Amino acid sequence: MSGTSNETARRMAMLRDMARIRAFEREAVAAMRSGEAPGVVHPSIGQEGVAVGVCANLKRADRITSTHRGHGHAIAKGADARAMMLELHGRAGGSCGGKGGSMHIADFAVGMLGANGVVGAGIPIACGAAQAIRLTKEDAIVACFFGDGAVNRGPFLEGMNWAALYRLPVLFVCEDNGFAAFTRNSAVTAGGGPAVRAEACGVPATAVDGEDVLAVDAVTADLVARIRAGAGPQFLHAICYRWEGHTGTDAAAYRPADEAAAARGRDAIRRLAAVLEAEGIAAGEIAGIEAQAAAEMASHRAAAMAAPWPDPGAAYSDVQDAGAPA
Amino acid sequence: MTRMTFAEAARCALAAEMRRDPLVWALGEDLVQGGIFGQYKGLAGEFGTDRIVSTPISESTIMGAGLGAALCGTRPVIEMRIADFTLCAMDELVSQIAKVRYMFGGQGRAALVVRMPQGMWRNSAAQHSQCLEAWLTHIPGLVVVAPGTPADAAGLLAAAIRSDDPVVLMEPKNLWTTEGEVPDDITPVPFGIARHAAEGDALTVVTWSATVPVVEQAARESGIACDVFDLRSLWPWDEAAVVASVRRTGRLLVVHEAVTVSGFGAEIVARVVEGVGPGGLRAIERLGAPRAPVPFSPPLEDAMRITPARVAQAIRRVANT
Repeated sequence: MSGTSNETARRMAMLRDMARIRAFEREAVAAMRSGEAPGVVHPSIGQEGVAVGVCANLKRADRITSTHRGHGHAIAKGADARAMMLELHGRAGGSCGGKGGSMHIADFAVGMLGANGVVGAGIPIACGAAQAIRLTKEDAIVACFFGDGAVNRGPFLEGMNWAALYRLPVLFVCEDNGFAAFTRNSAVTAGGGPAVRAEACGVPATAVDGEDVLAVDAVTADLVARIRAGAGPQFLHAICYRWEGHTGTDAAAYRPADEAAAARGRDAIRRLAAVLEAEGIAAGEIAGIEAQAAAEMASHRAAAMAAPWPDPGAAYSDVQDAGAPA
Repeated sequence: MTRMTFAEAARCALAAEMRRDPLVWALGEDLVQGGIFGQYKGLAGEFGTDRIVSTPISESTIMGAGLGAALCGTRPVIEMRIADFTLCAMDELVSQIAKVRYMFGGQGRAALVVRMPQGMWRNSAAQHSQCLEAWLTHIPGLVVVAPGTPADAAGLLAAAIRSDDPVVLMEPKNLWTTEGEVPDDITPVPFGIARHAAEGDALTVVTWSATVPVVEQAARESGIACDVFDLRSLWPWDEAAVVASVRRTGRLLVVHEAVTVSGFGAEIVARVVEGVGPGGLRAIERLGAPRAPVPFSPPLEDAMRITPARVAQAIRRVANT
């Protein structure tokens, strides 16, 4: 990459992050399907452009809250992918010591305040995180990821009003993949949709093609600059598509095949690769980045399989101090 | 010592903690105006509206924002106005706050207080009178505290604010205006240590929260030598002191305002039986509410109320069984 511009280097980093997220989730889904990894995985394959385009504009001190589909957000924010893979396998050394699993991936060291098993639950938490940041005069903002299904939950409405009322430094990122679990969200959502609802509460909304990481990056850069300047919360409505089903075992038969195929044709990774090639990056270098990502995640999966199980005594730690289980 | 009301004692404790630690702040409805029981009176003037925050009526976000703020290093005091409204924020309390430390493997902690005034108060009817304490003692991760005197209202609130665990503080609405002696220098009251409110050999009486003064009066007037414990906190609770007392008296009466069925009294009785063995008990009784919503009309509400007369009758029954 020597001789490339700073901007090209930044784009190469975004490509690498997207490739790492996809490779991580390919391994995670395979591990889940083979029975190596217990429990459920909710893959975000196809949505990497949103996680990476947003997090490319965040500093380490900034916080994020995430969803049940949170691997991408975590990796994009800089979370330890090896510890994440160990966590998915329920092993010692996992991000949460094997007590959280896929739906509770967290890496507080990089400001990733946790994936969440309850739809929309991160919205109120993000509001409070932003209030604390203001109270302590910390130079940071909060990015709050949620899906389009969350806009039908009360905490969404409460959180939009709250953040606008107190002009909190929050970037709300609605990853609109069109589906609330197995149901097309438009079939269960009245009115004009996520952006209209946010704007009704006084949170300015901006739409973006979530499958174009450079577009997400550019729009986010503008919104984050406004938030850091004290403009209050902003709403990013990122249109994207989930390639896989709701979980790793959901074949998503409720979706027409051509719809999913069309989404694969809009792949954010391939689109960025094409831009980089046009800028003079050799195809072999791009392939190398993807191969390196695949090798890294395969290595993490192997490490997870070889890692010891947690000590059963750990099941009783970190419950509470006063009145802890004996 | 200064004589003051329950509400004033709690207000003084919060003010002292906010002076001591700039990371302590409070959020909830109508706090700038002093809170509906006056327990925040004047605090916005001293600490400003960034630390005494009047919020929208958005219980999920009051609770959830408190958690987010705790995860970013501050120590929020979350005001739920009344315990019943906690039901609108149950996901945030039960599935987020209580579990955040555990499910993230100890990376973060919810060092916060949730104040939820509970129980009967001035004919407030079914949706404003509930006692939900047993629900919350069932949830791993929460400390559950239920003061019954002005001194403990102050000392337990101070302890709750300094605790690194999430603490649910169930303040008895009916006692906000009762007066008592409060130390001038408010010090934290440790969790899990009961207040030994009266000593006697005839029976052991266990209570907490709104029924504390009721039981103390009944014990005095009954003419029976009661060993009375005000638990002060329900999780952890002072099992050792209660079991030791029952070993001596052989008789146990538990009095609480909440519905008797599946109430915390059932847990106490079960643990005492496990502790002393079935042969160690001559009489057990629980006195609480019937399994019915709380009614509005004064005589209907009084029919469910735990009164000194009812407690005294129960004391005599248990002592003479």
